[in-house]
Amino acid sequence: MNTPELQNIASQIRRDIVRMVHGAGNGHPGGALGCTELFTLLYFKLMKHSPEFTMNGLGEDLFFLSNGHISAVWYSSLARSGYFPITELQSHRKINSRLQGHPTTHEGLPGIRVASGSLGQGLSVSIGAALAKKLNKDPRWVYVLMGDGELQEGQIWEAAMFAPHNQVDNLIAFVDYNGQQIDGSTLEVLENPNLDKKFEYFGWEVLQCNGNDLEELEACILKAQSLSGNKKPIMILMHTQMGYGVDFMMGSHHWHGVAPDDAQAQKALAQLPETLGDF
Amino acid sequence: MADILFSFTEKKDTRSGFGEGLLELGRNNDKVVALCADLTGSLKMGEFKAEFPERFFQVGIAEANMMGLAAGMTIGGFIPFAGTFANFATGRVYDQIRQSIAYSHKNVKICASHAGLTLGEDGATHQILEDIGMMRMLPGMTVINPCDFNQTKAATIAIAEHYGPVYLRFGRPKMPVFTPKDQKFEIGKAIRFIEGSDVSIFATGHLVWYAIEAQAMLADQGISAEIINIHTIKPLDEEAILESVRKTRAVVSAEEHQIHGGLGDAIAHVLAKKLPSPMEMVGVQDSFGESGTPEELMEKYHCSPKDIAQAAIEVLKRKV
Repeated sequence: MNTPELQNIASQIRRDIVRMVHGAGNGHPGGALGCTELFTLLYFKLMKHSPEFTMNGLGEDLFFLSNGHISAVWYSSLARSGYFPITELQSHRKINSRLQGHPTTHEGLPGIRVASGSLGQGLSVSIGAALAKKLNKDPRWVYVLMGDGELQEGQIWEAAMFAPHNQVDNLIAFVDYNGQQIDGSTLEVLENPNLDKKFEYFGWEVLQCNGNDLEELEACILKAQSLSGNKKPIMILMHTQMGYGVDFMMGSHHWHGVAPDDAQAQKALAQLPETLGDF
Repeated sequence: MADILFSFTEKKDTRSGFGEGLLELGRNNDKVVALCADLTGSLKMGEFKAEFPERFFQVGIAEANMMGLAAGMTIGGFIPFAGTFANFATGRVYDQIRQSIAYSHKNVKICASHAGLTLGEDGATHQILEDIGMMRMLPGMTVINPCDFNQTKAATIAIAEHYGPVYLRFGRPKMPVFTPKDQKFEIGKAIRFIEGSDVSIFATGHLVWYAIEAQAMLADQGISAEIINIHTIKPLDEEAILESVRKTRAVVSAEEHQIHGGLGDAIAHVLAKKLPSPMEMVGVQDSFGESGTPEELMEKYHCSPKDIAQAAIEVLKRKV
């Protein structure tokens, strides 16, 4: 799949995010929009996966979302990959829905392997799944995405210590490095400087790239794949802009957890071409 | 159970029953993996580690990570047994258990040693008395507190056959071994150890043996106590409880746990709805523990055989 095709998919996913959050009247559009390139690449080009979902995912690549609040981008990616009908996207955050505010296995939504949302837990879970792949002699990769604010949680650093010590080298982790969290910029709230050096000193292979540039991000993930199997887990610090793709949502923490009103939603959708048909 | 011994020839710790059970599982089920947070010796996981090094994961002093790793390892079909002290296996990591294990319905076995007062000299920081309550509040969690070495070994083996999250609670001290070797453990099935007619004593964990001792004291006073082992606190064997209480209409619960949230509360909940009856609860009375020998602590915090017997006498005064 070439870049223009991927850009079309990304545009539709962004439309889905805006329409889902607007439809619910609340949600987390900022981080979801900022990570759309990653989901587009993983689900439509790079991951070996099947919408005929099995929990154990033997022989497949696995993806875990630790910062579960950006669920809208994941739900759209899963639906548009065929895991469930796109019409179900309209149920997001509503009563009796499988598309809970934060992702869960509880309602049996295909594509989800663990609940997330209470932050800091997904890295540990993904490492466990990567260990299971090794025990099963399953050569596929495990991917996990975390937020940069989430790295303030202590459990992340327990996991960061464990993975290199145990040579979990089939794991490719991403940090959505947008510098924003609910209460403000990460610099203001709780500075966590030198992330690259921190993970390097913990024993990780660290890569950095622009997470909103499809070609640069793809090259980075391909490099990560080529570096895997060398006894080190891999961390990609993915520099993104919260709210990317909608001009008035970009560059601040304001749109972390706020839904657009009708006029704002119209203004946002005008910037995002409908390429695959809205749900 | 026909062949329960009312005397015993040896004392063993329940944690060693867990260790033996885990080793046997390792030999019979290659999906069983074990994780431990720097307490391999205390949890008696050393033999499993030596025999199955590729299936043993030392996680260091990082219990939150251990719970997440265990949840992740189920994805791929493994059955993780995650071991540490009961305090660090519950209160310290409640949210990890809640989200990554219970809500996600993962097949993780949380194996918790050194539960309760009988941890002894290390004191209240390590003597968790709230763990049964915390774990039984989680939807879908099975909560088991076996009473001796043999029952703990059997329970360890049984929970591998049960799909879903389990909290298995056991302890540090050497206690009488009085249930049969190589018994079959049935999750959720209470066991009547001694038949009686005046009062029903429902006990779990180390207090089951104490209840048997209390039964002898009561018999000396002409009181016929029925002793029922509730090894599975969730799901609770409601029918066994109701059957006994229909007969006796006087109830004592006994556990090495706070009186709030544990076995006593679970039984009271059933009886309040279906068969209101006078009840006394033996357990720690809303306080923290302290350093001391297990025997001293069980006496000071009113969890001794004498306290169980006294509770029976008290409840009989209110029996209608």
